[in-house]
Amino acid sequence: MLLVEDGLGICVVHLSPLSLSLSLSLSLSGAGGGGNDVQWCFSQVKGAIDDDVAEADIISTVEFNHSGELLATGDKGGRVVIFQQEPENKSQPQCRGEYNVYSTFQSHEPEFDYLKSLEIEEKINKIRWLPQKNAAQFLLSTNDKTIKLWKISERDKRPEGYNLKEEDGRYRDPTTVTTLRVPVFRPMDLMVEASPRRVFANAHTYHINSISVNSDYETYLSADDLRVNLWHLEITDRSFNIVDIKPANMEELTEVITAAEFHPNQCNTFVYSSSKGTIRLCDMRESALCDKHSKLFEEPEDPSNRSFFSEIISSISDVKFSHNGRYMMTRDYLSVKIWDLNMESRPVETYQVHEYLRSKLCSLYENDCIFDKFECCWNGNDNVVMTGSYNNFFRMFDRGQKKDVTLEASRESSKPRAVLKPRKVSAGGKRKKDEISVDSLDFNKKILHTAWHPQENIIAVATTNNLYIFQDKLN
Amino acid sequence: MYGRYCSSIVSSAENPVSRRSRKQQLESKMAGADGDDSLYPIAVLIDELRNEDVQLRLNSIKKLSTIALALGVERTRTELLPFLTDTIYDEDEVLLALAEQLGSFTALVGGPDFVYCLLPPLESLATVEETVVRDKAVESLRKISHEHSPVDLEVHFEPLVKRLASGDWFTSRTSACGLFSVCYPRVSSTVKAEIRQHFRTLCSDDTPMVRRAAASKLGEFAKVLELDYVKSDIIPLFTTLASDEQDSVRLLAVEACVSIAQLLPQEDLEALVMPTLRQAAEDKSWRVRYMVADKFSELQKAVGPEITKNDLVPAFQNLLKDCEAEVRAAAANKVKEFCENLPDDSKENIIMSHILPCVKELVSDTNQHVKSALASVIMGLSTILGKDDTIEHLLPLFLAQLKDECPEVRLNIISNLDCVNEVIGIRQLSQSLLPAIVELAEDAKWRVRLAIIEYMPLLAGQLGVEFFDEKLNSLCMAWLVDHVYAIREAATCNLMKLVEKFGAEWAQNTIVPKVVAMANDPNYLHRMTTLFCINALSEACGQDITTKQMLPIVLKMSGDQVANVRFNVAKSLQKIGPVLESTALQAEVKPVLEKLATDQDMDVKYFAQEAISVLALA
Repeated sequence: MLLVEDGLGICVVHLSPLSLSLSLSLSLSGAGGGGNDVQWCFSQVKGAIDDDVAEADIISTVEFNHSGELLATGDKGGRVVIFQQEPENKSQPQCRGEYNVYSTFQSHEPEFDYLKSLEIEEKINKIRWLPQKNAAQFLLSTNDKTIKLWKISERDKRPEGYNLKEEDGRYRDPTTVTTLRVPVFRPMDLMVEASPRRVFANAHTYHINSISVNSDYETYLSADDLRVNLWHLEITDRSFNIVDIKPANMEELTEVITAAEFHPNQCNTFVYSSSKGTIRLCDMRESALCDKHSKLFEEPEDPSNRSFFSEIISSISDVKFSHNGRYMMTRDYLSVKIWDLNMESRPVETYQVHEYLRSKLCSLYENDCIFDKFECCWNGNDNVVMTGSYNNFFRMFDRGQKKDVTLEASRESSKPRAVLKPRKVSAGGKRKKDEISVDSLDFNKKILHTAWHPQENIIAVATTNNLYIFQDKLN
Repeated sequence: MYGRYCSSIVSSAENPVSRRSRKQQLESKMAGADGDDSLYPIAVLIDELRNEDVQLRLNSIKKLSTIALALGVERTRTELLPFLTDTIYDEDEVLLALAEQLGSFTALVGGPDFVYCLLPPLESLATVEETVVRDKAVESLRKISHEHSPVDLEVHFEPLVKRLASGDWFTSRTSACGLFSVCYPRVSSTVKAEIRQHFRTLCSDDTPMVRRAAASKLGEFAKVLELDYVKSDIIPLFTTLASDEQDSVRLLAVEACVSIAQLLPQEDLEALVMPTLRQAAEDKSWRVRYMVADKFSELQKAVGPEITKNDLVPAFQNLLKDCEAEVRAAAANKVKEFCENLPDDSKENIIMSHILPCVKELVSDTNQHVKSALASVIMGLSTILGKDDTIEHLLPLFLAQLKDECPEVRLNIISNLDCVNEVIGIRQLSQSLLPAIVELAEDAKWRVRLAIIEYMPLLAGQLGVEFFDEKLNSLCMAWLVDHVYAIREAATCNLMKLVEKFGAEWAQNTIVPKVVAMANDPNYLHRMTTLFCINALSEACGQDITTKQMLPIVLKMSGDQVANVRFNVAKSLQKIGPVLESTALQAEVKPVLEKLATDQDMDVKYFAQEAISVLALA
């Protein structure tokens, strides 16, 4: 594991007694960590091998369910693929259950809005799993306009026995039917069915960027560029608009909503982030319309770093609450910030993801990469965070030990249980051995979507059209 | 897996036709055979229980009693019910129908001695994810619980409730909440203690869904408990739920508050219920306060006059001044009911000195929903306050609301005019009423125009024919040529109601000439409106006017150059035919319809032929 010596990794450390005891107790508990001595190794790669990437196969979202047993991906072709973790193999304890395809279904189709003359892409923008309510699993998937609730259920019995025909479909002579037969259920091969249960449509004028299920188990929010709507999971014909930042005159528009999420256990609290780098926390108890925020998280701008690109790179591409609900993490173009919900003035921690790109912003602007929306995620006990970068690199930051690491998702290192070697990018000047020069980074290979198993050290990393699964090496 | 998903969609889409034709084939065969005639339809029904077409499955499920009757009680118990128990994979609508059927299945399984056989299928239905299905299963379980003997209740029913209450998934635990109250009164005291324990556990469940279900059943459960246990068990649970961390749970405790307050003797209310109610009325979450406002009348009745005077009046004032508009609107909706139910000795005093000042402020509220909620009830206060106070205090408010910028507010005032009419007479208002009506009648939004049209007959009744002719008649006629069809249609219907109110003579003098004049309008839509009006008016106007004044116009329009007008002539003739004199029918209507029946236009022909056959002119 790479130790940060150059001081790039950490900016501010907030040491209140509470957070100290919290991180202590967590690092002692151990499970689901990711820092200390974790060695990440390759487990699986999904998707086609050839370099010729079909647009529809590009992965657009990755999400574990609440137990981590299922892993869902959505792609630009509107499909959802769900992987299930196989039960652990007792004879090979070092190898944890692999994820295999459980169900694949077409969630969204391309559409055309005839009233507005707009094409609606089928691309899946977000997937969110619902808390499990019975033996079946439920998830919400959304494209730009329409949110759908899917049920994924198993069936292992089927009815047998007809009165008027044989089981193979041949009809019997009805005159021979002298007694009635009631069908009986018999076991059959397991079948997984995905069925659409609800369609939540026609509530968004702009493109939906986020959906988030509330901890009250009955509502969820959906956010587009200018509005946040609140839905009841069982009601499709109406939703409540809770945030509307659309100015009366669209020429006065200065910021858009980039992401929104509910607090993991306070059902009245949600946050939304903006293109100006701020995060607003709203309390739904105060008022039915949450246009007035109750907290505004914003870091004062460093005047020495001001440039033409300042506003673009400070736009927040993702916001995620920690599992314990105390912190939230935001991702902007160059950094990851951790905020304590009790301190609005500045983040408690800031991690640089790829600071070496600061000098390249001009060319990144020209090739549009500067508008890439990187997502971020927490590990199971909130002491490590992960986010993606270019060249199929992804970064992890250990909050307790103040260590960070750069890893690469690539076919070359995809041998079973091969340990991933840390990568290092030279920031210019003289390049050391094993270092990669900034100029040789491939900006077409980017990792935007990553997910961390809610309890274990298993991560899912989406490169363009491949899904890599890594896990820690068990000794 | 994707392939299978697709193929199942395709197969279910193409099959029904071929299957139905096959079925017809079989049925015709069957009719000729000497088999057991009664068996075949049942065999079809049973087979269709597992048909791929949802509609056919649903159809079979709805005839489940027929199947059970044919199978007999023994086979229903041993074969049909086990099959149904496993049918939980089906579509919601099928499951919903099944859950409902099983609630009245007792006789079909052999009567109360065997009613417990219905528990397994209902138990599995009580765990599905769809709330409507679960609720229906619980409803059926509650229904059949009464048919259990006390012994069966303890041996079969109560264990089911326990299984659901300790189920792994919250769906089954939420279902359990609705079953405690039906078995509690009829079981032994040890089992009662267990039931109370289970309920307590569910009230502090990890998932808010279950706590919500428990909170919503708290009042119902309290009703069947002994008073001592209400005090020792229910009150602490009530207090805990009312201070739950999730406001979605807290707001349900408000509802429970009503039922619990009804159960307790007056002297205990202050100590056991009021602290929680006061806390709810000032809750940090507007949704809880909204709930208090929404349930205010029930709360008022439950706590009685003394507590109302001391506690609820100030609480109500606060709700009317709440910072959240939704809460103010809910409270404004309750103003009339709250005032009506105040104790007689202090009613007028409380209204005048405490409620009316708040109401005055709400008239100029910033939120239009609040104002329109108030406008829908404010007129009702006049009957409580009587003539003098109404004129002095309420009339200025009515007049202000009649001039409100929001049309909904004005509409709500107009729709409730009858209350004021009884107390002070509508003339007091007519000065302001007229401009308000005219403005609404010409509103740019057609839904507003539609709403005011619907109140016209009511207004006409209260204002009298003279005032109507003078001020409103021209409006009613103007709507007939509105550019929105829905308005023209409503205007036609309105004319009919006015004629019913004012009589045929009035119609002949004021309405019919104007309607008839429109028959020469250059716009064919207006010419059609003439026909629609005649359709609507003929019955109310009677034979004489219809034959002498309307029929000639209709007949003349049969030569209209627009086909739509011509076929509407045919339709009109069909409609007014029964009202006409029979000589006119034969001599005038018949030749015209015969001519239209040879029209070049297909639709004109069709409707002319239809009219000929309906009027039996062929």
